[in-house]
Amino acid sequence: MKLGNVSRYLQIAPLAVLLMAFVVAPLTLVLVVSFYQYQHLIGIVPDFTLVNYFDVLTNLVNWKLYLSTLKFTVFTLAITLVLGFWIAYFLVFHVRNILIAIALFLVCTVPFWTSNIIRMISWKPLLGKYGLINQGLMSAGAVDEPVEWLLFSDFAVIVSYVHLYTLFMIVPIFNSMARIDKSLLEAAVNGGATRWGVVWNVILPLCKSGIALGSVFVVTLVMGDFFVVTVMSGGLSGSVTFGIFNDLKFLNYPRASANAVVLVIIVLIFAAGIMRLVDVRKELTR
Amino acid sequence: MTAGTSHGPRPYTFYLLAGLFCLFVLFLYGPMISIYILSFQGPTGGLVFPLKGMSLEWFKALFGQARTGDIGGAFSRSLPLALVTMAATVVISVAAGLAFRKQFAGSSVVFYMALIGLIVPGLVLSIGILVTFKFLGLRATWWGSAFGAHLSWTLPFGLLIMFAVLSRLNPEYEEAARDLGASNWQVLSQVVIPIVFPGIIAVALFGFTLSYDEFPRSWLTVGPRNTLPIEIWTMTTNVTSPALYALGTVTTIISFTVIAVALGSIAYIQRRRRQIGRLR
Repeated sequence: MKLGNVSRYLQIAPLAVLLMAFVVAPLTLVLVVSFYQYQHLIGIVPDFTLVNYFDVLTNLVNWKLYLSTLKFTVFTLAITLVLGFWIAYFLVFHVRNILIAIALFLVCTVPFWTSNIIRMISWKPLLGKYGLINQGLMSAGAVDEPVEWLLFSDFAVIVSYVHLYTLFMIVPIFNSMARIDKSLLEAAVNGGATRWGVVWNVILPLCKSGIALGSVFVVTLVMGDFFVVTVMSGGLSGSVTFGIFNDLKFLNYPRASANAVVLVIIVLIFAAGIMRLVDVRKELTR
Repeated sequence: MTAGTSHGPRPYTFYLLAGLFCLFVLFLYGPMISIYILSFQGPTGGLVFPLKGMSLEWFKALFGQARTGDIGGAFSRSLPLALVTMAATVVISVAAGLAFRKQFAGSSVVFYMALIGLIVPGLVLSIGILVTFKFLGLRATWWGSAFGAHLSWTLPFGLLIMFAVLSRLNPEYEEAARDLGASNWQVLSQVVIPIVFPGIIAVALFGFTLSYDEFPRSWLTVGPRNTLPIEIWTMTTNVTSPALYALGTVTTIISFTVIAVALGSIAYIQRRRRQIGRLR
């Protein structure tokens, strides 16, 4: 390439500047504010203190919120991983016509481009006490009284997460599976591998970058969620963001920031752990 | 029979996974379709089935100011915001994607900044941007702080898509163009851009829809005037009529229009390419 380094930097400058302004600077300020003091009626006082972190880490309610978030994350990750893997596998290795595979792939991705909030509330007429599922169960005689735990429960929260976020798993796994050279599979079979052997020893290792990327998306989306948990649990379950939200209501930015920092650290540990399995940049740009 | 063969009878796993796929599609679309149907409830209808008559009552209610807040106003902000975000995302992430094709000093710093933009929870960024604006003495507005918040999410996404698109671009085309005497600009505008154009449409689609539907990042940064997702969120807490579903139907029609235009133009380009390829 004759393109000099100067033009390369010009090409990347707008991205770099915007990311500095709207990702790095805000996060740095959150970190700074988390060490500031909060005084009732006055607000933020720029004076160094560790009291916000002390509050966040010693609050029993907060620990429960973290545990609850962790529970949702683990369940959602497990379900979306299994679903995403097998759906991508079906599309890539079982659908023989490439155009049909692309069409089915688009069928899976279209909802991603529509409103999450609308998709979330669309479960209400189905899961509610007088919703479609309960109506069906009652008329089939399976239950005498409406099943109460369908809506406003952990079940509803996990259903919504799976509904909203499985796409984030399917797309990267599909992308890495589609790059697998099919002759490798034939070679494995000729070498005596069983069907499951091929899946386990050939396909799974070759799409681990997709799995890693999808997992990072799902983990961060679930851990940062406030709205699904609020609506679908009806306030019965909480998430870490509840604590942040409550502090924001009283304009306690320092403690909200400290809590946010702790959350970001946990998310980054998760992400770094997953990313260690693969060199994401090499996989993405190769 | 094994996975990956393209002939012979289908293995039993095909039927098993086809069944799973159908269930998944039902799971994906069933709830959405049910609220579209419910949005046509008659005037006495409620939030659940059965349908009590058919009417456009709830669509009328939606645009009658008094009942449901400022839907028209929210829409008149969300649409231009999404369009500007889309344009900015396309220009910036295509340029950056091209730059990333070679390693250069500082490239991984920018890459990791983009990755952090993807990974950090939207709510945290929302707080951060609000605090930054307060710190600078600026007011949060939908066209200022919310625009930046949307870019913090659409740009990394656009960049990821450009990575996927450009990694499939065969460098021999560019070399061939250069051997024939093309300048850098000609290689870019007449070889690279036309080849990756479907990918650029995909970036535009993501830029538009991610901004148009973005909620957590808009939440604190939007200022006094709401965008559509925030307005919908407010409605979920205080509107208990099918008007809420009517709004869902309206915004989904807009989303579907955008998706259809984007996918349709990609399909059109691909078909024309095949035809031209055949003619030669």
